[in-house]
Amino acid sequence: MAKKAIVAMSGGVDSSVALYLVKEAGYEAMGVTLKLYENETVGIKDKTCCSLADMEDARSVAYKMGVPYRVFNFSDDFEQEVIDRFVAAYEKGWTPNPCIDCNRYIKFKKLYERARDIGYDYVATGHYARVEYDEASGRYLLKKATDNHKDQTYVLYSLTQDQLAHTLFPLGGMVKDETREIAEDQGFINARKRDSQDICFVPDGDYAGFIENFTGKEYPEGDFVDQDGNVLGRHKGIIGYTTGQRKGLGLALPHPMYVKEKDVEHNRVVLAPNEELFTTELKVSDFNWIAFEKPDAPFRGEVKVRYSQKAAPATITAGDDGTVSIVFDEPERAVTKGQAAVVYQGDNVVGGGTITEV
Amino acid sequence: MIYLDNGATTEMDEKALVRMVYFLKSNYGNPLSQYSIGEEASRAVEAARIQVAQAIGASPSEIYFTSGGSESDNWALTAMANMYQKKRHIITTAIEHPAVINTCKYLEKQGFRVTYLPVSGDGFVDVEALRAALDEETCLVSVMTANNEIGTIQPIEEIADIVRTSGAWFHTDAVQAVGHIPVDVEKMHIDMLSASAHKFGGAKGSGFLYIRKGLDLEPFVHGGGQEHGKRAGTHNVPAIAAMGQAIKDAEKDMSVRMVYERKLRDTLIDRILDEIPGTRLNGSRDDRLPGNVNITFDGIENETMLFRLDAKGICASAGSACSAGAIEPSHVLRAIGLPDSEIRDSVRFTLSYRNTMEDINNTVEALKEICRDLRSR
Repeated sequence: MAKKAIVAMSGGVDSSVALYLVKEAGYEAMGVTLKLYENETVGIKDKTCCSLADMEDARSVAYKMGVPYRVFNFSDDFEQEVIDRFVAAYEKGWTPNPCIDCNRYIKFKKLYERARDIGYDYVATGHYARVEYDEASGRYLLKKATDNHKDQTYVLYSLTQDQLAHTLFPLGGMVKDETREIAEDQGFINARKRDSQDICFVPDGDYAGFIENFTGKEYPEGDFVDQDGNVLGRHKGIIGYTTGQRKGLGLALPHPMYVKEKDVEHNRVVLAPNEELFTTELKVSDFNWIAFEKPDAPFRGEVKVRYSQKAAPATITAGDDGTVSIVFDEPERAVTKGQAAVVYQGDNVVGGGTITEV
Repeated sequence: MIYLDNGATTEMDEKALVRMVYFLKSNYGNPLSQYSIGEEASRAVEAARIQVAQAIGASPSEIYFTSGGSESDNWALTAMANMYQKKRHIITTAIEHPAVINTCKYLEKQGFRVTYLPVSGDGFVDVEALRAALDEETCLVSVMTANNEIGTIQPIEEIADIVRTSGAWFHTDAVQAVGHIPVDVEKMHIDMLSASAHKFGGAKGSGFLYIRKGLDLEPFVHGGGQEHGKRAGTHNVPAIAAMGQAIKDAEKDMSVRMVYERKLRDTLIDRILDEIPGTRLNGSRDDRLPGNVNITFDGIENETMLFRLDAKGICASAGSACSAGAIEPSHVLRAIGLPDSEIRDSVRFTLSYRNTMEDINNTVEALKEICRDLRSR
């Protein structure tokens, strides 16, 4: 009997082609779109539910390929596991990456559990990443996508061995142009749809506005200060700023100043010149090991601390209680609490965790 | 296949289907045409009007054919609202069908005041809250006859009586009731009633609105002179003829079907509650539609349950679907006080006279197996 795979479809071209490839590979496939939030929750006044147009695109592709298609309503789970965490992180002065939590708690946990409950073996997504079984170590490895520009392993570091064993990334060996070509050839309605950029539940990119709307709280104004505590001006609420930011501070200063850190306790945003933003050491917690189990000795690797940043050489030392210390060879700019640090060795993802100390 | 979703739609009545096919194929005439096949079509429409009227104790001139329950609800509420400049208050309930609730929300945006009456844990409208909500500005009260999700049958006569003495009009969405339980607009003092043919063996896309004589509601569709000039558009003759036949058959067999469906219903309820731990019935045990069963299965999400049932050829449902097709948390279950987690674990089975005791027993066995399997994980 054919193995059965659920393909998580966003309505975009990548997950549509993922469905095509999964079916071509001989799996019995079902397309599924997750309803993750109500428009009211995220402050969109549109009367349609969630992102209806995207779901219609997904449905059209699934029907065209003759595979079943369902919408699962995971909005309660998404609010609890992703939005609440997102808000809580901002409130403690961090800058979280909610896509990581969505993958961790929704796509590869909740959806995977659902898949098993309804008799499916695998969850497939349109992520650009690869999973390989390594005979020698007996482990499932998460590897960078062939198309390095599209590689999305940074947001997938939390996958457990069990999850990796039941995950398919059919686009892992493709480049984006090939994906679009398949979509065009198959006549998919979304073949030329542009890639989504923002966090799905904050489509306009106004995180602070979203958080205020969601919590119903106001985040009071406070002081911008330099590293010596001198007041440089007023900020408009501490949740509206992120480490490394320069634009949008609304200050006229003699030389360029950047957000260095956020002092939530005193409601202050600390600014510093660019050269002060560089650090070599950071601490990560809740580390998930993929390529191997937690090693006793320090080891070398490349570490990526932001989605759009390159991985840089570092020495990594595993501590107790899930923490990991990372020391970069060269200082890194604007390492931000709440973002992920993902450790690579070449194409292999060693593992990753959340940056908690800089 | 075991079809236990008759609240969503029903298999067509066999005689109704024959009528329908006849007016699709052999006679495709327009009832307003001046030749014999047109006249035959016209006679079929008027015969259906009489059949519908008889089924609910109305006179034929009080029956207006529409495209179904949602249109009838929209017409009744919006036209009533437009009749009044000063009486701008509407009372309805928290457990109405979206066709009523969302029309009320629309009217609220137009400046109307709308009161959504709370219901008891069994789903009965709070009659005292109704009395308290009625005021001199109230133009309309709309309370559904029987609830589509939990099957609770409202004391319509009592409610309509209170409304009548207040001077407001009374509308009821009887989509789940007509053809299934006795409905009499005279006896129940109903001024307007919405119904849908495909819920009682007719075709989809047809229904009617009963409007009491003397209530001059404004037209809903402007155009030709059909339906006394109030609902224009060429009659859907095949579906109307089928509706007449279906409602006639449903009325004729109603008492027998009710007894039979209740027996199936009670067996399903009793066996689930007795044999599957962590289950509860939602809605009233006694005053409920003969075919309605709504159960919470603790810890089993309804999306999973429906999928697993489907895999065994059993059709059931939960809540209502949003435009994208996702199951929305039921506002009805919320209104009767269920927490979100239990709402998500609730499933509706709606039986019909076509089901057998074997269907019910097989369904119970399937449910037991699914629950055992999912709960052992």
